[in-house]
Amino acid sequence: MTWSQMQPLLYNNTLDTLFMVWWSTFYAVLFGVPLGVLLILTDRGGILQNVVVNKIIGAVVNIGRSFPFLILMVALIPFTRLLVGVSIGPTGAVVPLVIAAIPFFARLVEAALREVDHGLVEAAQSMGGGTWTIVFKVLLPQALPALVAAVTTTVITLIGYSAIAGAVGGGGLGNLAYTYGYLQYETNLMVITIVLLIVLVIAVQLLGDLTVRRLARRGSRGSSSVRVGLRKAPAPATATGEPAGTAPAADAPKERVGA
Amino acid sequence: MITTTGLTKVYRSGDREVTALDGVDLHVREGEVYGVIGQSGAGKSTLIRCVNLLERPTSGTVTVAGQELTSLAGNGQRANAALRAARSHIGMVFQHFNLLSSRTVQDNIELPLEILKVDRRERSRKALELLDLVGLADKAKAYPAQLSGGQKQRVGIARALAGDPKVLLSDEATSALDPETTRSILQLLRDLNRQLGLTVLLITHEMDVVKTICDSAALMKNGRVVEQGTVSELLATPGSELARELFPVGGEPSGPDRTVVDVTFHGEAATRPVISELSRTYNVDISILGAAMDTVGGKQIGRMRIELPGRFEDNVVPIGFLREQGLQVDVAGDPAESATTAPAGALVKEGAK
Repeated sequence: MTWSQMQPLLYNNTLDTLFMVWWSTFYAVLFGVPLGVLLILTDRGGILQNVVVNKIIGAVVNIGRSFPFLILMVALIPFTRLLVGVSIGPTGAVVPLVIAAIPFFARLVEAALREVDHGLVEAAQSMGGGTWTIVFKVLLPQALPALVAAVTTTVITLIGYSAIAGAVGGGGLGNLAYTYGYLQYETNLMVITIVLLIVLVIAVQLLGDLTVRRLARRGSRGSSSVRVGLRKAPAPATATGEPAGTAPAADAPKERVGA
Repeated sequence: MITTTGLTKVYRSGDREVTALDGVDLHVREGEVYGVIGQSGAGKSTLIRCVNLLERPTSGTVTVAGQELTSLAGNGQRANAALRAARSHIGMVFQHFNLLSSRTVQDNIELPLEILKVDRRERSRKALELLDLVGLADKAKAYPAQLSGGQKQRVGIARALAGDPKVLLSDEATSALDPETTRSILQLLRDLNRQLGLTVLLITHEMDVVKTICDSAALMKNGRVVEQGTVSELLATPGSELARELFPVGGEPSGPDRTVVDVTFHGEAATRPVISELSRTYNVDISILGAAMDTVGGKQIGRMRIELPGRFEDNVVPIGFLREQGLQVDVAGDPAESATTAPAGALVKEGAK
């Protein structure tokens, strides 16, 4: 197969992969965040503690996570057809990808929110904040770097899943590698496809890490924008009578709640 | 301003029950700084959390600014709208500051105002005004991680004041700070108490905090308040443990046939040369075994342990003279006062200072 033959195939299938990953990530975040938040709020000691609801959501999430993706995809064919009209192609693949990604992402959201210091929730409560305030002004903003890291992990997992989906008719780079590379011995095409997938994963990871670092830097002295800010406002310590140059970040040991 | 009656909190874990609060009656007057002191595990933290119902008391009532909070509370962990509204007018500062690292200093102070649905302009104005009040006007755009511990606590205090509270609850606000910073934060609390007429209820395990800023104090042990009152009342109470802890004096009699007397000076008597008068009038030699002087709530207060020659029976008249001068006199070694002598040995070290 020549390069001119391969090029449109690679191009179209890359777009298909991006289509599947984009939409499945979109829906995974859309449904996964509320689920993760609910898991935290209804947990023992949570602000909406409700053991029954918590156990039910937990069980659904666990069931969703224990299905091997290939089996899930096949099992969902009738549901997929009902929902989007087709069961193959990129559109058909989005449905099982979303179903697989929601519980996965929900658990990551739960873990991210659990890391938020309970003292902050208490502070918001002491100001008269309700559940809405605590979720949208405390939990989610405080966990934002961890949530972005969770999205990164989910996108990369979905790139892998979309390749599996491709092999059974989902389209995309996985389909390309399977039908041409594996079934028709087009080794070159297969290698290029795999390289493309690797590049895609690395790019997503880099972008994710960069964003996390940007967000996390708000808190530390390392950020350049912050240095500018400090230069504008010098000699802060004298105003308050406190020793200048005390190590700031380390002197407030945060008590983490949960594990 | 803050009244609790029969406040009880029992934690259940499995079959075990732990009583954190056991019928606490607390009365904090308007405009005073009230300190609750006790060791960790005494229940102070639970007590202050029960005042704004972050913890639901098992029984008893809490009244803040004339409003009985315990009657507002909805069922379960969730606070209903009435309780949330009441909480927004009770400020609270925390040992670990509890500032949102994702928000700037100014935005942290605006959070309670956002909860109160104050518009953006007014929020910003108020936040900057509060920052000025706590001496951090230049830090509005900084993030909490860029501040020192003392500065963080100033932000915490500014945030607690955003809802124009009548009452400020302080949960070990200075316990994570070094001594110098502690002093500056206590000074700030004192100033706010005076300037704004703010009633402050603070819990601490440091006697120095009580000494520095409190008008009244309560001592907690095993979930109970064992002593409470204004600092001068406490000092005037024979055998008061708080008074002894606030002003530890020590010293052993130098021989048999000596009378050891603890004298507490407060109010006007503290400024008069009572001891030299005593010495001159009765021609007795007085040795000072230990003494402590300090200013509590703006008043000079002191305790002194002195030794008079001869047994108690020989010293009835001089002791009577001291009592006449308006001093509080506890005779050590008197069986009735054995509570005072028991810890004397343990306090020798402090007394020697």
